[in-house]
Amino acid sequence: MSEMEIKSLEERFNQRIANDEKIEAKDWMPEKYRKTHIRQISQHAHSEIVGMLPEGNWITRCPTLRRKVALLAKVQDEGGHGLYLYSAAETLGISREELIDQLLSGEAKYSSIFNYPALTWADMGAIGWLVDGAAIMNQVALINTSYGPYSRAMIRICKEESFHQRQGYEIMMALMNGTQEQRDMAQDALNRWWWPSLMMFGPRDAESPNTEQSMRWKLKRKTNDELRQAFVDQTVPQAELIGLRIPDDKLKWNEERKHYDFGDIDWEEFWQVVNGHGPCNKQRLEARRKAHEDGAWVRDAAMAYAEKHANKTYRQAV
Amino acid sequence: MSKELIQYICTVADNNLILGQRLGELCGHGPNIETDIALTNIGLDLFGQVRSYFQYAAKLEGGNSSEDTFAFLRKENEYKNVLLVEQPNTDFAYTIVRQFLYDVYHIRFMENLQKSSDETLAAIAAKGVKEVAYHARFSADWVRRLGDGTEESHRRAQQALDDLYTYTDELFHQNESELSLVNAGIAVNTAQFKSDYYQTIHAVFAEATLTVPDQKYFLKGGKKGIHSEHMGYILTEMQYMQRTYPNMQW
Amino acid sequence: MKDWPLWEVFIRSKNGLEHRHCGSLHATDAQMALENARDVYTRRSEGVSIWVVPSAMITASQPEESGELFEPAADKAYRHPTFYVLPDELKHM
Repeated sequence: MSEMEIKSLEERFNQRIANDEKIEAKDWMPEKYRKTHIRQISQHAHSEIVGMLPEGNWITRCPTLRRKVALLAKVQDEGGHGLYLYSAAETLGISREELIDQLLSGEAKYSSIFNYPALTWADMGAIGWLVDGAAIMNQVALINTSYGPYSRAMIRICKEESFHQRQGYEIMMALMNGTQEQRDMAQDALNRWWWPSLMMFGPRDAESPNTEQSMRWKLKRKTNDELRQAFVDQTVPQAELIGLRIPDDKLKWNEERKHYDFGDIDWEEFWQVVNGHGPCNKQRLEARRKAHEDGAWVRDAAMAYAEKHANKTYRQAV
Repeated sequence: MSKELIQYICTVADNNLILGQRLGELCGHGPNIETDIALTNIGLDLFGQVRSYFQYAAKLEGGNSSEDTFAFLRKENEYKNVLLVEQPNTDFAYTIVRQFLYDVYHIRFMENLQKSSDETLAAIAAKGVKEVAYHARFSADWVRRLGDGTEESHRRAQQALDDLYTYTDELFHQNESELSLVNAGIAVNTAQFKSDYYQTIHAVFAEATLTVPDQKYFLKGGKKGIHSEHMGYILTEMQYMQRTYPNMQW
Repeated sequence: MKDWPLWEVFIRSKNGLEHRHCGSLHATDAQMALENARDVYTRRSEGVSIWVVPSAMITASQPEESGELFEPAADKAYRHPTFYVLPDELKHM
């Protein structure tokens, strides 16, 4: 294809997106669109899978059976969401195995928030309330993204995630209705998770070079700073309602802007964790690597069995 | 009668509770996402049944007891699960073989419990029997895949079977109070499906090209509250919150 | 080591409705694909029936053919009821 032809294809492609048409797997797309989507969708998928670990850490220690089934179902959902997203990425011509290799080699990124440790039961509340709350803000915007398979995965995920945030908030609420010790536990969890949650929206707009392109492709509907502001505005009243204090002395309602003003994020910490030096980066990747390596013989066995029995019809089990 | 019934409910529910706890350890660490999700579904089914059993036990006991006092606040020797379900997730083969050895028992148990003269137990079984039928199908399929898969998977599955088979006989032990409930039409007489159980598992192991160990001695004790050394650690983790922060609402 | 093949999953949400494509997953054989689909895609009672098809078995029309395949239908307005002019008094037909 000549450069001219590619250019005109690209123009038509951009026009289709501008007209709110969806792009589907087999449609022509600029190479950069494909690559960016593989990167973003797989990053999203990896975040779901690595995101199972901090909460998974508490499944065996939930305080009640009711909490246990809720947490187990929530962590399982994250696995499901990872699967939907890997499938969406696979429509762009990359295999699950390649995607997982990218995660395990450290080449691909995942949300930095999961590199923080889940230390107390209240962290299950804080993660559900804040981390899922922040994730949902991003994800709802992505329902209208231009790439069809990604958009459909988002619809499904948003529908299923609606219980996750409530699950977390309810845990916090129960703690705040409990003893002083429980209230302290809840406040401590908020203190530790608040700033990392704000970091989830990424660098400031001025330092986010891909925003413009991503906006055009509807991979982003709002800028990092807009989403962060919306999250703060939404979350502060929720904290106040149950008597939690946001750990930010500069936090104040700005009547003129009709938004909360809030303090500075520690960007040095942000980059430290993004670049692999957070409290749990090594541990998280190690856990994923171990699961994948320990599972290799299992996956091989199932494949070998299927090949041996390719001609047999299914037998009734037990 | 009520005391014996509560004992019986614990004997039944503790198997699910401890096995569910073992499966919970694996969530997020499965061989791939599909299998991870499937195993977690089984865990969720088991915990769901546990909740129904313990809610019933708490109602019978009255006072301040609840599903959670039963699940979290007993001493080790008051848990009456069989030794089989507390065995560790040594590798995926152990997890699957342990599951299969339990599922084949569990499905027959639930089928019979549906006929219990105790309406609540019969209702729990009627709901659970479909869940357990799926578990048995899932684990049997995986026993075949591992046994008749690769050389390595065969070796690992055989090892798991060799090590876990010794715990099967205890599934069929019945203590005296259990027998009196059998006579009252409340408890399941497990003896009546013991030979069917062994026939079924042996048939699946044969399909899976696995050799059933020539076992003369079987290990037992859990049903009497005498557990393996694993149990203390399971409970330490499971009871951590309730022990560290007693008498609180969560 | 070989990757598990990809399967497409179709779910009928209730009798009377068609099966709809809802996503994909990996499995080694049809039976496992069916079970994985049950565990992954019907966790919230989304279905009463599942179809699974190896992704490689699906033949798809290509976007480049869209012109010849689909555009010719666009100007056949006579296939639609609004093409026909009827008296206003006739309310329903």
